[in-house]
Amino acid sequence: MSKTVVFKIDGVEIRGTSGQTIMEAADKAGIYIPRLCDVEGLDPQGSCRVCTVKVNGRTAASCTQPIADGIEVENETMEIRNFRRDLVRMLFHEGNHLCPCCEASGRCELQALAYRLGILQPDKYPYLQPVRPVDASHPDIMLDTNRCIRCGRCIRASRQLDHKNVFGYIGRGINKQVGVDGKDLAHTDVHIDDKAVALGTCPVGCIIQKRRGFFDAIGQRKFDLHPIGTKEKDS
Amino acid sequence: MKRVATVSLAGCFGCHMSLLDIDERILELVKLVEFDRSPVNDLKKFKMRCDIGLVEGGCCNEENVHTLREFRKNCDVLVGVGQCAVMGGLPVMRNAIMHSSDPLRECLETAYFNSPYVYNPTNDIPNDPALPLILDKVYTCPEVVKMDYLIPGCPPSGDVLWQTLTALLNGKPSDLPGEIIRFD
Repeated sequence: MSKTVVFKIDGVEIRGTSGQTIMEAADKAGIYIPRLCDVEGLDPQGSCRVCTVKVNGRTAASCTQPIADGIEVENETMEIRNFRRDLVRMLFHEGNHLCPCCEASGRCELQALAYRLGILQPDKYPYLQPVRPVDASHPDIMLDTNRCIRCGRCIRASRQLDHKNVFGYIGRGINKQVGVDGKDLAHTDVHIDDKAVALGTCPVGCIIQKRRGFFDAIGQRKFDLHPIGTKEKDS
Repeated sequence: MKRVATVSLAGCFGCHMSLLDIDERILELVKLVEFDRSPVNDLKKFKMRCDIGLVEGGCCNEENVHTLREFRKNCDVLVGVGQCAVMGGLPVMRNAIMHSSDPLRECLETAYFNSPYVYNPTNDIPNDPALPLILDKVYTCPEVVKMDYLIPGCPPSGDVLWQTLTALLNGKPSDLPGEIIRFD
């Protein structure tokens, strides 16, 4: 039995049903909460923390936090905005995110969030410039882990939607990476039609479908037409 | 009249090309500024101190570093223009060549020995004393000198550059472009 739950986001009253997360209820009500690791259709993971909000004064990831009667959620405050901006900045500085030569530019959620959060002077942190492998062994799919933000969307999509376990995490801490179930991509049972390698699954340009690079003209790409968060569904 | 100097370091001159994309506003611009050292007028040395310096590209050889320091010395406000100046851009790709502990050597060997269309009968990597010494890796402008502002984009559009210049010429850095900034 689901019952109606009434709570507030930035002072606006929202009605949700019990069992929903803050993110789900906000999406339904048309309020956008920035996110990277969460995508509709997959279980939430709560790892990127970009969707962090304040619930009754305490920070929580809105993609995993369930709603409750009478809670007060802060979403678009200066404090939360600065927090999210720093998170996205760190993601940019930790990998090799070269927008000018990335096939995902224009449909990249990391880039689109940077625009939304107003990251215009990207020199707050040093660039780490890590050396990470590129796996182009598969005839249709390429894996460029230089651009990976470890959101785990491909891992969950492969497990939950494709029932395959093609992708998984390797290592811990700063060395955590996405790896494949086999010597390289060509030695896995991944297929171009899998949900795990579909265009909307990887939020950045880590999983690339070959021969589809730069197929949308500048100005016609996903986030050129609708900046992230301006449509109800972004993924 | 304000003085503006521009330079392209490890860049492709695309940002300078983009400056021409301000179209007929260039007539307004030449009324407001005088160009000092710049590829626009082919001056190679500073004539006097400048108000604004626009730097395109990062530093990939010692001549780039020398030029950038020269700009810092001679400009009141130094602006890094384009992704190469901001975060290294395309040249920075040589810093992280996969599986290589010596990325510079690998980069030069690929360019001069191993590429399929290389004709290099003497098997030499260019090493003339007249050539500026190449650095171990590509450095961004803020890693070398203090930059006052950075304008991302590859290239920043004519509108972005126009807004940047008008904001700085009017002494209102708060008017620097925001929403129209793009990283590609």
